[in-house]
Amino acid sequence: MAKTLFDKIWDRHVVRELPDGTSLLYIDRHLVHEVTSPQAFEGLRLTGRKVRHPELTFSTMDHNVPTDDTRLTITDPVSKAQVEALESNCKENGIHLYGIGDDHQGIVHVIGPEMGITVPGLTLVCGDSHTSTHGAFGTLAFGIGTSEVEHVLATQTLRQKKPKTFKVEFTGKLQPHVTSKDMVLKLIGIIGTAGATGSVFEFCGEAVESLTMEARMTICNMAIEGGAKAGLIAPDQTTIDYVLAKDRPFVPKGEALEKAIEEWKKLPSDPDAKFDRTLVIDASKIAPQVSWGTSPGMVIDVDAPVPGLDEVPGYSASDVQKALDYMGLKAGQSLTDCKLDTVFIGSCTNSRIEDLRRAAKVLEGKKKADHIKLLVVPGSQQVRKQAMEEGLDKIFIAAGAEWRWAGCSMCLAMNPDKLAPQERCASTSNRNFEGRQGAGGRTHLVSPEMAAATAVAGHFVDIRNWNGGN
Amino acid sequence: MEAFTTHRGILAPLDRANVDTDQIIPKQFLKSIARTGFGPSAFFDWRYVLNGDPNPEFELNAPRYADRSLLVTRNNFGCGSSREHAVWALAQDGYKVIIAPYRGEGDDYIPGFADIFKNNCSKNGVVTIELSEAEVETIFQAVYGEEGLEATVDLEKQQLTLHGETEITFDFDYDPSVKNKLLKGLDDIEESLLYLEDIEKFEQTHATWIHQ
Repeated sequence: MAKTLFDKIWDRHVVRELPDGTSLLYIDRHLVHEVTSPQAFEGLRLTGRKVRHPELTFSTMDHNVPTDDTRLTITDPVSKAQVEALESNCKENGIHLYGIGDDHQGIVHVIGPEMGITVPGLTLVCGDSHTSTHGAFGTLAFGIGTSEVEHVLATQTLRQKKPKTFKVEFTGKLQPHVTSKDMVLKLIGIIGTAGATGSVFEFCGEAVESLTMEARMTICNMAIEGGAKAGLIAPDQTTIDYVLAKDRPFVPKGEALEKAIEEWKKLPSDPDAKFDRTLVIDASKIAPQVSWGTSPGMVIDVDAPVPGLDEVPGYSASDVQKALDYMGLKAGQSLTDCKLDTVFIGSCTNSRIEDLRRAAKVLEGKKKADHIKLLVVPGSQQVRKQAMEEGLDKIFIAAGAEWRWAGCSMCLAMNPDKLAPQERCASTSNRNFEGRQGAGGRTHLVSPEMAAATAVAGHFVDIRNWNGGN
Repeated sequence: MEAFTTHRGILAPLDRANVDTDQIIPKQFLKSIARTGFGPSAFFDWRYVLNGDPNPEFELNAPRYADRSLLVTRNNFGCGSSREHAVWALAQDGYKVIIAPYRGEGDDYIPGFADIFKNNCSKNGVVTIELSEAEVETIFQAVYGEEGLEATVDLEKQQLTLHGETEITFDFDYDPSVKNKLLKGLDDIEESLLYLEDIEKFEQTHATWIHQ
């Protein structure tokens, strides 16, 4: 029978079918960070259980860490205790840790691919919903809660019900300055934040195939914002080139690598494979996207008016009203009139080298508007280093940006980087929930290029016909 | 995990759709390394005003809901972040049951609960009941109409009964594997370790494609 990419990965990992109708699924990689793991390690201690495969478990610190010059010394005692707990848990259990001050520290979903921990055809989990990012490699990757983190630590498996498959085909070519961020925001605008619950996306089509790995990761990263369990993209030459491009320490070597590549090439969905659901989106018609509300599904084309109470599919009039009130917007107004206070370029969605290059290209030779605070936070120390080798840091600093060290930073504002109440932010992150970037803060999700242009103009612009502020 | 068989308690309403886990427990409380102490922080940004006093405009703060243990809300509850802290916060704040509506069918289907949240509930003995939008609307109206309205959930029978002036009973679906686990209060890890031999056998031939 013809199989999808998802079926092939799933079937390869079923240890056995269980009597309760779930499958015991083997987990190839487990990524761990400081926020969602301490209670899981504590659970192991209380029950006298051990980490079954420390060599398949990798850890970093990203959510709590300061990204300014104080990064090596966390002053918040509660954050500090959490970071120290991870250090001792990793030490006690023999788990690789890329801790504060390590050259390879960074956002967990940036360092996985960077270090070759993520390769095609795996099952990969992490106590973090944006684990879907790794699906860009054709790996089944999804977020889990802390109880499941403990389950994976103890058994290297998870009990799972088989999800449905949802193929999203992006036909045609993107317009200049339109990015994979706009593709995924458009998709979520169409299906809503619960539209893919219980499903695994497979993203395909000409517009997906022509994307770089970094851009593919952006799409898969936000699969969860459409409610999906995971997002997948079939591995191809672009994927293999990325895996081999650098010395990534955990990528198989020699004969093992040749064998692996042979297997990875068999992963793409068979031509006649059936999906539970299919959606086709014409990528050439996608405009730069800007979220206007308090849910990633509340998103519009940059040149469209803010919708009215009854114009948002999937949201009731009262929910739309609450979102408009929170965001300080009125139905019918243009987002390009909206004055911004802060621009955040970073997060596991858009903090990789290509994201920084695209933002730098817009900012080169320009200055941010005086009233804008511009924060550029690379996803990992390696991304930071590479950006500096390419001179991107000089462009950002000359444009008036704060050039930071790696971490989650203002995406969720668990570290000192946060918005003040009613501050308005153009952000390359993934969630515009109430208070996400700081209590009362107002988040508009955009691509790195749109964020950079916004920083210069001081308000939203349509990057397709913006004259660069000249 | 404590077993869940039946529960009777007061119902409280939260009339919002797409309530995300950032709202259920904001990030500043995620720094704790403990599994307890989250209850008073549930819905923090809605529940309290800036000086820390209860926000009188937040509907769950109304005195009539002070002793509630069942929550009725709108669809896609618990979306967003995977933080299990959201479920710990609700459970520790006294909620044993959450009721939310599904909507539509086929491609238009929108569930009552987000996946990871629902799964996290099942690990903590919190029952998530999905009913139709019309049924949930009936419950909302009944809650608004009668102070102290109680309801009983019988998980074995898969029934929710409102003890209003006239009793109304709703049948609900429940994933049999989760139901069995909740009824018996089973520990997932212990259950899975019964298959340790299968795991070991699997590992002998399975390639994890990693360089050590």
